[in-house]
Amino acid sequence: MSAAHKKRRSLFPAEPPGGERGPFSPRRWRSPLRGPWLTSVFGSILLVAIPVEFVTGLVSYAAYNPRLNGNDQTPNHGILGFYLFNWVTSPSWIYRFSQGIHVMLGLALVPIVAAKLWSVLPKLFAWPPLRSVAQLLERVSLLALVGGIVFELATGILNINYDYSFKFSFYDGHFFGAWIFIAGFSVHAALKTPTMVRALRSRRLRSELATSLADTVPEPLDASGLVAVNPAPPTVSRRGALALVGASSLAVVVLTAGATVGGVFRKTALLSPRGRSYGNGPNDFQVNRTAQVAGISPGETGDSWRLELVGSRTVSFSREQLLAMQQVGDHLPIACVEGWSTVQHWSGVPLRTLAGLAGSDHPKQARVESLERGGAFATATLSGDQVAASASLLALKVNGADLSPDHGFPARLVIPAAPGVHNTKWVRRITFDEGTS
Amino acid sequence: MARFRRHYGAGPLHLLGLLASFALVGYAVSKVVQVPEAERIGVWFVGGAIGHDLILWPLYALADRGALRVARRNPDRLPAVPWINYVRVPVVISAVLLAVSFPLVLRLSPGTYNAATGLTPAPYLGRWLLISGILFAAAGVAYALRVGREVRRRKMALGRLVEPDDQLSA
Repeated sequence: MSAAHKKRRSLFPAEPPGGERGPFSPRRWRSPLRGPWLTSVFGSILLVAIPVEFVTGLVSYAAYNPRLNGNDQTPNHGILGFYLFNWVTSPSWIYRFSQGIHVMLGLALVPIVAAKLWSVLPKLFAWPPLRSVAQLLERVSLLALVGGIVFELATGILNINYDYSFKFSFYDGHFFGAWIFIAGFSVHAALKTPTMVRALRSRRLRSELATSLADTVPEPLDASGLVAVNPAPPTVSRRGALALVGASSLAVVVLTAGATVGGVFRKTALLSPRGRSYGNGPNDFQVNRTAQVAGISPGETGDSWRLELVGSRTVSFSREQLLAMQQVGDHLPIACVEGWSTVQHWSGVPLRTLAGLAGSDHPKQARVESLERGGAFATATLSGDQVAASASLLALKVNGADLSPDHGFPARLVIPAAPGVHNTKWVRRITFDEGTS
Repeated sequence: MARFRRHYGAGPLHLLGLLASFALVGYAVSKVVQVPEAERIGVWFVGGAIGHDLILWPLYALADRGALRVARRNPDRLPAVPWINYVRVPVVISAVLLAVSFPLVLRLSPGTYNAATGLTPAPYLGRWLLISGILFAAAGVAYALRVGREVRRRKMALGRLVEPDDQLSA
């Protein structure tokens, strides 16, 4: 035997800890369903869905116009904000659509991710744990991949359900977590896609869907480490397992998607935080942050309230004066980063009319201040495009009635295609800035 | 090339891909360590990596194994229709629904929910229980129908065996 072929001494004993009965023994992994084909079915779904999640996530970040003063919720982004652009104002439903997809698809992925992790679990316990430098590096990258997907799903689910027990900024966590995850995901997809394609070709989906429990046999034993060497008799067919995962996803969508589809479907969103009815009145739709919590007192929204407009001159108007101006109305959505939305008929004064009244015909940006105390969105900066958009309103009424206190009385912004929190409620001052931004 | 493969364990593209990935992870980490509560984000991230595989998975694997053991205890009792999947399906769907809504169902954050919506999370526990109840009831009905079909099938099979004898004795 030549020196080159001399067997390298392993760091690990040949016998795994726990022996034949421990989790490191391949004989203990007995599911007859595990195999490269099944893993690849889940993997191929994620290969499409994860990029959709990533892109819609980046779109949502861009939708906040983070380059404008004070809007950025993750100011440490560095080059991870390279793709930022001036957010659009039409079509008005674009943020409602992209963020609805982001949240609903993300929730629907929970059972698929769980199934994918289950299908590859024996690899985590492969013995010896390290065979080569390549394998060591790949295992390290799994920390970004597995930690990343679980972290992103967990922070997303907690945030939409108003549970902030993680006690860090959701925006920081979900944004940087997404970049770490996508780093692990990209290399994993690049390395495994050829294996996935080969495995998918090894069996036909149609014949798998026609195979009953009685005819279910394990995939052929191979070097993938997924197929059981000592398979137990099957208790469910492969099609049954796929159907269960699919049915779980479907159940999640059916019971939550009504929160963004709205209308009669809101009633079907039984497990969504936004699947509740407020009643049938003109102001009975989804509230985000009540007037009481925002610290709005009736005294400051009564007859003494004035809207202050600051441009080349400073002017102020009472609510009666604003109502005496020409009113325009439109059906526009309020669409939240949390994935829910609600379309209502708003009417009021176009924002660009107000800019003109302050002597600012072509503002580069506008700073909006609310009466609200505290809260990350008591002020917001709008782009010149958002001020100029014909649909952008300072709304005074909704569905023909005065705004309720919870919906921003005496006046709120409704900006087409903007994230919900930029539709500032209880507006007290708008400062139009003609300078370069 | 062959030497590289032997020492590294894969081709050079494998190494390049992973190094590019680590560079991006490293950059994101260098940025996230500057934010407030960065260490908490780190703990949750690592927790995510081990939380599912080493805590959640062993729990549901043990539960399934336990159920299977019960299912196999009386294999000879008639009618021998395996019931395990009629339990698995409602349990899994109900658990997934809980996973996407548990803060509301378990009322973990009634204050922040109320601050945002003006409502209380009171209805959600009942809703989840009701949906789960319907799932279990539907699985029960499906199982009963399946058993009924099985019993009828056996009676007919038995009948076919018995009939010729009756004719002979007549």
